Amino acid sequence: MSPTSPGRHTTARHHILSVLVENKAGVLARVSGLFSRRGYNIYSLAVAPTDDERFSRITIVVDVGGTTLEQITKQLFKLINVVKINELDPAQSTEMELALATVKADAGSRGEIIEMVNVFGGHVVDVSHDALTVSLADAPARVDDFEELMRAYGIVELQRTGRVALPKLDRQAPRLRSVTGKVG
Amino acid sequence: MKLTGAQALIKSLEMEGVEVMFGLPGGCILPVYDPIIDSPIRHILVRHEQGAGHMAEGYAHVTGKPGVAMVTSGPAATNIVTPLCDAYMDSVPMVVITGQVNTFAIGSDAFQECDTTGITQAVTKHNWLVTDAADIPLVVREAFHIANSGRPGPVLIDLPKDVANQLMEWQWPTDADVDADLPGYKPTTKGNGRMIREAARMIAAAERPVIYAGGGILKARAAEALRELAELTGIPVVTTLMARGAFPDSHPLALGMPGMHGNYTAVTSMQKADLLIALGSRFDDRVTGKVDAFAPGAKIVHVDIDPAELGKVRRPDVPIVGDCRSVIEEITQALRQLAATAPEDAGSASAPDRGPWMAQIREWQTRFPLHYEMAEDDRFLKPQFVIETLRENTPEDVILASGVGQHQMWASQHFRFEHPYTWVNSGGLGTMGFAVPAAIGAKVGRPDRMVWAVDGDGCFQMTAQELVTASAERIPVKIAILNNAYLGMVRQWQELFYEERYSEVYLSPDLPDYVKWAEAMGCVGLRVEHAEEVQPAIEKANSIDDRPVVIDFRTDSREKVYPMVPAGGSNDDIILGPSQGEGGR
Ligand SMILES: Cc1ncc(C[n+]2csc(CCOP(=O)(O)OP(=O)(O)O)c2C)c(N)n1
Ligand SMILES: [Mg+2]
Repeated sequence: MSPTSPGRHTTARHHILSVLVENKAGVLARVSGLFSRRGYNIYSLAVAPTDDERFSRITIVVDVGGTTLEQITKQLFKLINVVKINELDPAQSTEMELALATVKADAGSRGEIIEMVNVFGGHVVDVSHDALTVSLADAPARVDDFEELMRAYGIVELQRTGRVALPKLDRQAPRLRSVTGKVG
Repeated sequence: MKLTGAQALIKSLEMEGVEVMFGLPGGCILPVYDPIIDSPIRHILVRHEQGAGHMAEGYAHVTGKPGVAMVTSGPAATNIVTPLCDAYMDSVPMVVITGQVNTFAIGSDAFQECDTTGITQAVTKHNWLVTDAADIPLVVREAFHIANSGRPGPVLIDLPKDVANQLMEWQWPTDADVDADLPGYKPTTKGNGRMIREAARMIAAAERPVIYAGGGILKARAAEALRELAELTGIPVVTTLMARGAFPDSHPLALGMPGMHGNYTAVTSMQKADLLIALGSRFDDRVTGKVDAFAPGAKIVHVDIDPAELGKVRRPDVPIVGDCRSVIEEITQALRQLAATAPEDAGSASAPDRGPWMAQIREWQTRFPLHYEMAEDDRFLKPQFVIETLRENTPEDVILASGVGQHQMWASQHFRFEHPYTWVNSGGLGTMGFAVPAAIGAKVGRPDRMVWAVDGDGCFQMTAQELVTASAERIPVKIAILNNAYLGMVRQWQELFYEERYSEVYLSPDLPDYVKWAEAMGCVGLRVEHAEEVQPAIEKANSIDDRPVVIDFRTDSREKVYPMVPAGGSNDDIILGPSQGEGGR
């Protein structure tokens, strides 16, 4: 995880695994332990309970080739507490990530920064005499752009959450689909 | 009915049909040792917790039932990590129970506290830290279910002392309770029908097929099914180190062991095959050698209960996830159907002529049999000769355990295995010290059978203390130490690959004095220095059935294991013996 490498959210090989796990003590350690002992690198990881309190969802982004991805998925599934794994195709999913950044902001630059935040649809969440803390929740590529622009003003501290994702909704009309279904 | 957690644990083990457990008590597990006094379960008190773990493994190897070991917290838990890892690598079902400090002390670096579930996460199929005594019956049921279903493996239950003392309302969970509590555990046992038919077509069409049988055959209790498939198709079978005994060595289709120290025909038939039917085997590096050069012309049918094994090392053309026995039976069935629906085709036109292949195999067998040279004079006892004499002077269903090193390879090569579950060894982890405790566990599991262990002098020194356990518990195992005065396998590598620069491998033949040591441990100790004494010593050992016997065979230090494929090399570069290739010195 090198925070300075540019374009790191757009590699061709990145895969999103959405892993439904039992909400039990130590499950995250089992998942992350498996990655380290089998030599796979986690790019980002986000975990939170689902609407069903028995389960949590871990969203893991990995940067690997197809064969390795298959092994990761199969090995993960061997963990007793892993209930379900979906691999989300980045092209077919909606990804979101939250960034919090404290940016140097003196009287001269403050207005410009606030304008920039507004253009991105972000928020100013904290203010002091010489700094602003701003937030943006958006697609990872947009968060990348935002981060780069903020860098120009001088970032004091930056924290990103790692991404969460869900499959994109099917936009085909239901009738149309049933027709093609019959033809096929 | 109110029980303490400790009572509930023992009762749960009884409910699971446990007849014997191996262990050693201590502070945190004390509460559980009290109800053992009143339980019908036999407890075998070991001298070191590693012994308990390997005994449980040996027991599981020969019975197919999970072995059970129980030890206390901290140092005892860490002592049993090696057997857990061993069982994990070789898919041995085992349930280990460890004591833990009181729940309120966890995380405080309390006396004999260690993060047992954390440490063993990577070497167990699953583990539990029990925090409420009410959970004990369900956890025990799940533990046995997980250990012995799907791909078998070790599990661990960590039980804090206060939970063992806590009162609970006894209730034995149902199957439904277990299923409901394991939403993520559903091993696939039934093979995919389309894939099975595809496998059958490929098998029927292959000109140079080889069955590559692994330890999964034994785990799935599929030896009969394997034999039926081989006999129906006439396809020869290699049995990996973990599968020795899964197919009778005396069978005309048996090719023996492949791999780094496999025989020429087993290794080369796989290299030249056009189809490998991998059944419960996992393309281990000790079998494949250099993966890119392994069986380059072969298509692969791969059957395994663990989906992660399919494509892990070599991409199969036909992957089948499922229980080996049921899948093999279905493949056999599909082959019968193929033959029945297209009798002409199958009989003549499209069915390949495997005559040349079998002729080639027979030629290899005749030209390159396993062989060794007898000593030029009587001063040197050949280890292979000891194994052969043991083979000729023990019943066909004798159980043989082994340690790790040269003696293990000679045992696997030169013994004969006619029945499943007669070979108990440490394959994946290669754990020195496995033989003595594993043999004891095996004898406990199969008291009706004669049990021998072939051990190295180095290995023996790692766990010999368990012979005290064996004497005390009257478990009459027989140990053949192939005493070559060296860490022989390492010596062999130093001889061949480090210009005979021997570094820290000499052990001495006389220190310790194995006969006196055996006697001190309550065993009969014998020493054999000359070829003509070998058979009488073995016969004497066979006649002793009231205590363990240890024979110190003084074998030739210079002897090496051949054939050999150098590590990382291609299987095509197999070295047959000292007079051939780079190994010739
Ligand atoms: C616990 C452990 N330590 C080290 C090794 C590495 N090792 C593999 S074989 C071997 C030599 C074994 O010596 P011995 O038991 O005398 O058997 P031999 O090879 O001489 O037959 C060693 C040290 C191992 N496999 N296991
Ligand atoms: Mg030795």
